[in-house]
Amino acid sequence: MSDDVVFPLLGVFLFGVGFAAFVGRRHLLWKIIAVNVMASGVSVLLLTLPRRAGEGVDPVPQAMVLTGIVVMVAATALALALAVRLAGLSPGDGRHRHTRE
Amino acid sequence: MSDILSPDVLLPAVVLVPLLGAAVAVASARAAAATAVITALLTAAIAVLLGRAVVAGGAVTHAAGAWGAPLGIEMHADGVAVLLLVVTAAIGICITVYATSYFRPIFEDEEDRGVRFFWPLWLLIWAALNAIFVATDLFNLYVCLELLTLPAVAMVALDGDREAVAAATRYLLLSIAGSLLFLLGVAIVYSGSGTLALAAIRESGMDARAAATALTLMTTGLAVKAALVPLHVWLPPAHAGAPAPGSAVLSGLVVKAAFIIVLRLWTEAFPGSLLAPGADLLGVLGAIAVLWGSLLALRQQRVKLVIAYSTVAQVGYLFLVFPLLLEAPGPAWSGTMYHLLSHALAKAALFLAAGAMLRAMGSDRLDDIAGVGQKLPMTFAAFGIAGLNLAGMPPSGGFIGKWLLLTAALSSGQWWWAVVIAIGSLLAAAYVLLVLRAAFLQPRARPLRHQPPWQLTAPALALALLSVVLGVWAEPPLLLLGATAPDLAP
Repeated sequence: MSDDVVFPLLGVFLFGVGFAAFVGRRHLLWKIIAVNVMASGVSVLLLTLPRRAGEGVDPVPQAMVLTGIVVMVAATALALALAVRLAGLSPGDGRHRHTRE
Repeated sequence: MSDILSPDVLLPAVVLVPLLGAAVAVASARAAAATAVITALLTAAIAVLLGRAVVAGGAVTHAAGAWGAPLGIEMHADGVAVLLLVVTAAIGICITVYATSYFRPIFEDEEDRGVRFFWPLWLLIWAALNAIFVATDLFNLYVCLELLTLPAVAMVALDGDREAVAAATRYLLLSIAGSLLFLLGVAIVYSGSGTLALAAIRESGMDARAAATALTLMTTGLAVKAALVPLHVWLPPAHAGAPAPGSAVLSGLVVKAAFIIVLRLWTEAFPGSLLAPGADLLGVLGAIAVLWGSLLALRQQRVKLVIAYSTVAQVGYLFLVFPLLLEAPGPAWSGTMYHLLSHALAKAALFLAAGAMLRAMGSDRLDDIAGVGQKLPMTFAAFGIAGLNLAGMPPSGGFIGKWLLLTAALSSGQWWWAVVIAIGSLLAAAYVLLVLRAAFLQPRARPLRHQPPWQLTAPALALALLSVVLGVWAEPPLLLLGATAPDLAP
């Protein structure tokens, strides 16, 4: 199989594995890792799917992947911060302003 | 002087000003509130000036840093975009005024209520919304969606109690998954068409099957963010859990931004797809959302949850546009946009009113607000007037929107959508009355813990009245919308 097929297939595979874990796993950390695997799959697809007539490397998908990585880092950081906060708050803890008498 | 008012300055400024405001608000917590007020006024002025320019001279385009497509960032404002910018600005000013008071501690046991983080988050959301309204290509839309989602998620978590943090986490994870589905679609579009610009995709002669796959992925991803049934589960706890001014932005504007992108994909990038069964499927899901969301709203015990479930229902109306657009493009397009704009104003008003109740009574449970209607006249007037909108009653803007949608449904022979619209309006009237009944017809009233100041009551009333102004003064906006109705020739 040539690279034209292998890499897109790898991208789809990564996305699929990530998606399965995202839907199937209940633990928060699993889900956070799962979306990152999905993102890797999308990156691989972005880099290997596009094909333009002519020589050289197309810069547009490269730029998109770089931006996508930055976005995922930020989103993952926020997700981890929320997960840490959530772990520190036991059920019924915190300030229930809405229901307080 | 005329240079400063040229669209080449105004168009980037409408995005950059709130972004700068957010940066200042992060840097200096003490100056944050003043910065936000100034930023809000400036952004609103820019939006109005831009609106004037577009009304006078037609749509305007600006290439950031003189780098045009395909690599640069192009911004484009047409009639729809400026209407969205102006309505967002109106909501923005009201929310900013409201938030100057909302976070002040009034009960002795209250700690820091998160106001420090509210200002930058809110201004970031505003910048991202404006950027989405003027974006012209898929990748910028993706980035702006993320810029919108991250502060929106943080806004949900602002109150810091467990329910809010859990809701924010669920919102974030579903949102990321949605973004990745969208990005996957972008990858397929780029590989098939060699372009990211919405208008150019249409002319690229992309393979129909690849286009359908990409559109399905992108629509699914965005449907998560727009909270279309059955992907709506994250919305009620998130929107009810955010502080009231945050809920107003999230429910009034943030979900609409995702819908706007879906609509632009279907009408600008892939107009031929309206023939596909997918258009009917979106309509069916929208109809289910209208009925299911309204029924769930009727069963809630907290005002903010009633309003949040109502958003699920009102987003459903928006998706009815897809089966109607092909047969009756004019009324379907104008009706949907009109519904979107008036619902944005009304929903923001409702959440601001609910926040005032929450501050006044220390709770927004229907039991706890029993009988307080007469003690909070401004707040409940705002709630009632905004409620007219949801029920689609004249003379509100919601009436015009629903009327046009009904016209579109009946003139294209698809009467079943008209039935859904009618039932949805009745159910909306029912859940609004549920709250009003508790407030006015229950005899026992608890004493107010706090008399809400004008900052908490006037913005809600102003937004509710604006949603009625949109109904009475309908011609200019309808003309603007009519001029930008999509050209659906395949």
